[in-house]
Amino acid sequence: MSTHAPTRAEALEVPLSERGPAPRNVVVSFGFWLFLLSDIVIFAALFAAFAVLSHETAGGPSGDDLFDRSRVLVETAILLASSFTCGLMSLAVEQRKLVPATAWGAVTFLLGATFVGMELSEFHGMIESGAGPDRSAFLSAFFTLVGTHGLHVSAGLFWLLVMFAQVLTLGFRPMVLRRLRCFSLFWHALDIVWIGVFTIVYLGAH
Amino acid sequence: MAEPIETTEDQEAGALRVAGGTWQGYLIGLVFAVILTLASFWVAGTDLVWGPGVPILLAVLAIAQMGVHLVFFLHISSAPDSLNNILALAFGVFVVALVVFGSMIIMANLNANMMSMPELMNMQR
Repeated sequence: MSTHAPTRAEALEVPLSERGPAPRNVVVSFGFWLFLLSDIVIFAALFAAFAVLSHETAGGPSGDDLFDRSRVLVETAILLASSFTCGLMSLAVEQRKLVPATAWGAVTFLLGATFVGMELSEFHGMIESGAGPDRSAFLSAFFTLVGTHGLHVSAGLFWLLVMFAQVLTLGFRPMVLRRLRCFSLFWHALDIVWIGVFTIVYLGAH
Repeated sequence: MAEPIETTEDQEAGALRVAGGTWQGYLIGLVFAVILTLASFWVAGTDLVWGPGVPILLAVLAIAQMGVHLVFFLHISSAPDSLNNILALAFGVFVVALVVFGSMIIMANLNANMMSMPELMNMQR
């Protein structure tokens, strides 16, 4: 019996039916990828609702009256930068470098928290000025769609904190590494959803 | 910090590291994403592009940027390991397109066929 794991070339020569189960990392990534896709289907339903209702303002303010594009550009830049630092964090994690991984993770957390803060202050300003989710069907759809994205980002921030705690207490053991991989997939997928949000909601491409 | 525990899973992790990125890859992805984002905001605010063409151009830019994110950040590739991921992605895109465009077409159709409010009032007289 050979002791080394088969290389990719060797593995490919064996017929699919005789290869045995895929490596755990591949299975975990695939399972999490399926979760992300189903999450994106939820967002698709919310996007569809927004696209259908975006002109139903019931005499209230429309998107052109409410949205500040320069603010959205800043939010987009922050989220994109956090995606990049998250990538750098996962590179440091793969090389088992604790200090860079923690540093990039902290930057990712701060950028994500800034994004959520900007979104909350936007919501607060809108509700204060009488453009809350109860004003019109358009605003209900807007708050549901953008709010769901914001909730996902907040959940991601909480997850990142938990991962910090696990890295510091458990170290870079395989279980923690797999979870960190899933976290970075989650974080990048949220950035993909945000592309849809700023294109359809804020730039009005529908 | 404790010494990392080496297991067969760790060797598997090593095999999978090929599928992960390099910092150059993330940087290229970031540059592409920044260019496409700025292009989107420019297109939405400019008068230089023919009005009805703006939504189409925005859609193209958004889809291109999603592709950039998938390739450079999520590392979706044509490698054998990620074949299942690509099939699942194709199904996901199919469902998303059905939900979004199906809803829009049906609701536009219903709106077009709906009797306007004054007509509805007249019927009750």
